[in-house]
Amino acid sequence: MAAKLGGALRTLRYLTTRPVSCRLIGTSPSVRCVHEDRPQFPGSKSKFTYKLSFLDPDEEAGIPVYRVMNSEGEMTEKSEDPKIDKTTVLKMYRDMTLLNSMDKILYESQRQGRISFYMTNFGEEATHIGSASALHPEDMVFGQYREAGVLMWRGFTLDQFINQCYGNTEDVGKGRQMPVHYGSQDLHFVTISSPLATQMPQASGAAYAFKRAQNGKCVICYFGEGAASEGDAHAAFNFAATLDCPVIFFCRNNGYAISTPTSDQYRGDGIASRGSGYGMLTIRVDGNDVFAVHNVTKEAREICVSHNRPVLIEAMTYRIGHHSTSDDSSMYRKKGEVVKFDTNNPIGRLRSYMVKQGWWNDDQENEWKEESKKMVMESFAKAEKRKKPNPTELFKDVYEEIPPHLQKQMDSLKEHLSKNEDKYPTQNYEACKEYMYQDLSGSMVGVTRSHS
Amino acid sequence: MRHREHSIRCFQFISHLQKQTWGIMQRKFSTTASRAATQMTVRDALNSAMDEELARDEKVFLMGEEVALYDGAYKVSRGLHAKYGDKRVIDTPITEMGFAGLAVGAAMAGLKPICEFMTFNFSMQAIDQVINSAAKTFYMSAGTVPVPIVFRGPNGAAAGVAAQHSQCFASWYSHCPGLKVVSPYNSEDCRGLLKSAIRDPNPVVCLENEIMYGSPFEISDEALSPDFLIPIGKSKIEREGKHVTLVSHSRYVGHCLEAANELAGIGIEAEIINLRTLRPMDDAPIIQSVIKTNHLVTVEGGWPQCGIGAEVCARIIESPAFNYLDAPVMRVTGADVPTPYAKTLEDNTFPQVFNIVNTVKQSLKVP
Repeated sequence: MAAKLGGALRTLRYLTTRPVSCRLIGTSPSVRCVHEDRPQFPGSKSKFTYKLSFLDPDEEAGIPVYRVMNSEGEMTEKSEDPKIDKTTVLKMYRDMTLLNSMDKILYESQRQGRISFYMTNFGEEATHIGSASALHPEDMVFGQYREAGVLMWRGFTLDQFINQCYGNTEDVGKGRQMPVHYGSQDLHFVTISSPLATQMPQASGAAYAFKRAQNGKCVICYFGEGAASEGDAHAAFNFAATLDCPVIFFCRNNGYAISTPTSDQYRGDGIASRGSGYGMLTIRVDGNDVFAVHNVTKEAREICVSHNRPVLIEAMTYRIGHHSTSDDSSMYRKKGEVVKFDTNNPIGRLRSYMVKQGWWNDDQENEWKEESKKMVMESFAKAEKRKKPNPTELFKDVYEEIPPHLQKQMDSLKEHLSKNEDKYPTQNYEACKEYMYQDLSGSMVGVTRSHS
Repeated sequence: MRHREHSIRCFQFISHLQKQTWGIMQRKFSTTASRAATQMTVRDALNSAMDEELARDEKVFLMGEEVALYDGAYKVSRGLHAKYGDKRVIDTPITEMGFAGLAVGAAMAGLKPICEFMTFNFSMQAIDQVINSAAKTFYMSAGTVPVPIVFRGPNGAAAGVAAQHSQCFASWYSHCPGLKVVSPYNSEDCRGLLKSAIRDPNPVVCLENEIMYGSPFEISDEALSPDFLIPIGKSKIEREGKHVTLVSHSRYVGHCLEAANELAGIGIEAEIINLRTLRPMDDAPIIQSVIKTNHLVTVEGGWPQCGIGAEVCARIIESPAFNYLDAPVMRVTGADVPTPYAKTLEDNTFPQVFNIVNTVKQSLKVP
């Protein structure tokens, strides 16, 4: 009787999901405890397996690359055609080619010693334009340094780009940063910061702030496949996932991190393979197909904003130019490789599409080439002639309010310059303007300081 | 019954005696009048400052390792998660570079984070975010991207945690333009400076001290009011004197006060300046003081090379006070070694009261 009761009780236990270890006594070997098939560890609740086998990354086929348009500019999958209107497509093309022209001219200007440094975007224009065109203008952008096309799409003018490179008095950045370290508060593009991947956890943080504010905006964070090796990248992914942040992580996998090829940068299946590890929705896309990039970014944005979860996009592309003006990539890659990708570049592909649509022809191409070059050269000439910022700009914006010791130093410099104008090329610098300074008690005091 | 009553009275008397003794040991010769004899520990001072600022401005939030559910590794954020919830008090994964970066990003997007480092030793893993992102961004962005963030946590000497948990970062952070750095000593300092730091639109580093967390101090009604602020960039004269100027920050202000008591016994009246803020450093009162006393001794827990004392010394030499010095400026600092573990070794690695007394005597040429 007691044994029967015991047996009945044991059966009852099998039917529940309580994590009690059970012993099979006197039952057929095919019976398994239901609850023992599910591990109960706090870290993972998948399934048990009784077969010893390692997950082999080499056996996996690799995450497929989503594309919409083939190399000839034809829509391969009609259902995926975003059917973007002619005006927008023409803007896309013009922005990509204008960026290209500007890059060529500014690269040369560095070679001629006119600016100190430059980085081109050759080959990656579609990643910029495709993604930027799918975002809302107020979505916050954290870039790495090779996303000038995003700014161009949003309306940063040639003047603004070139003024920044020259660090002249019209530079939005007040001559504080080296070339290509653009920023624009109006266009919601955070000023570029050199240390790699530091923008990534910041992007997660900004997205967290947006989520708290419930403002329907998302953040997009661009980074290269090399920067993804930084510790910051891991932290950013993990945080975005655990804190449910509406951020799109957009990786430009362009094959090289200066001279380091991807084969030395990682052993796994690119950056996309890491996404699932963090619990993020992930997709890999043909970065040279502007429509595919557009589709993917649009969908990613929807996911972010509706579900407050991060998305990882890995855009496969190729860096046609050198890393920067301080690099000579012929030292580490064969010319043939570059030519191959240059022949099949994103601009050409979009042009083929436009021609097939009847929206573009050779005459328009030549006309636009001339016009865009002329536009760039005009801005360039103007920027070069502009004066440099007044030296007193050196002392401002260290803090929200200018501290007394810097105030004194600024006054002392002004006094020195005014007394020794003939010894300095002051005509190249903009004249002093009035400034405001805040005293330590916190009140704003408008002052034209006279020398003590 | 009577016996029990008697025991209770004895107990009360003894604990009263203990409080008195403790009070004597901790008493600060403050120039501000304290109207009430309320006691508050440094921990509670920091806790109440954060509590009030979280209540006052919903953009303020606290993040760090163990700050929420565990009430803080040193219990400084006790009760805050229970009161304000997940949105305002956040436990982070173990990645200083990650959560410092995240906090900086949140600040750039309009929030006001308080980023806690379990100790500032771990901030080295995040130092790029603190310096290259938080400190420099306002300047680099030409004034368009403010970073209103506070980095806080214990700094410098702890007890028995050796080299990688006892380093002082006062010099490291106060070196950098774009950052403000405060180093509070007592409960009033902690309340006033942390509240000012949270309200400041610039990035501020608040260097606390773990050994001080449990120390109670008398605190005035004024210091307990929710809008009590101590301006960043102003030091405090803790004790007036005429024979020597002692300049210190954080825990060692207390050591200076004790040393001053001892010195008073032999007729030496020390003037003690509590820096309170390391950057921007308030050197004017130091200059005035040295003009009066003609002798300067600095006291800090950090290493001697490129330390706070070195900066104070340089400023005095560059000032009119140079002509009033009757002896070279002397520095009492931590020993130039990574902090050892064994107690006797550790005790002798950081300034003790007798070190300060001896150095003052050297400065004054008193045997």
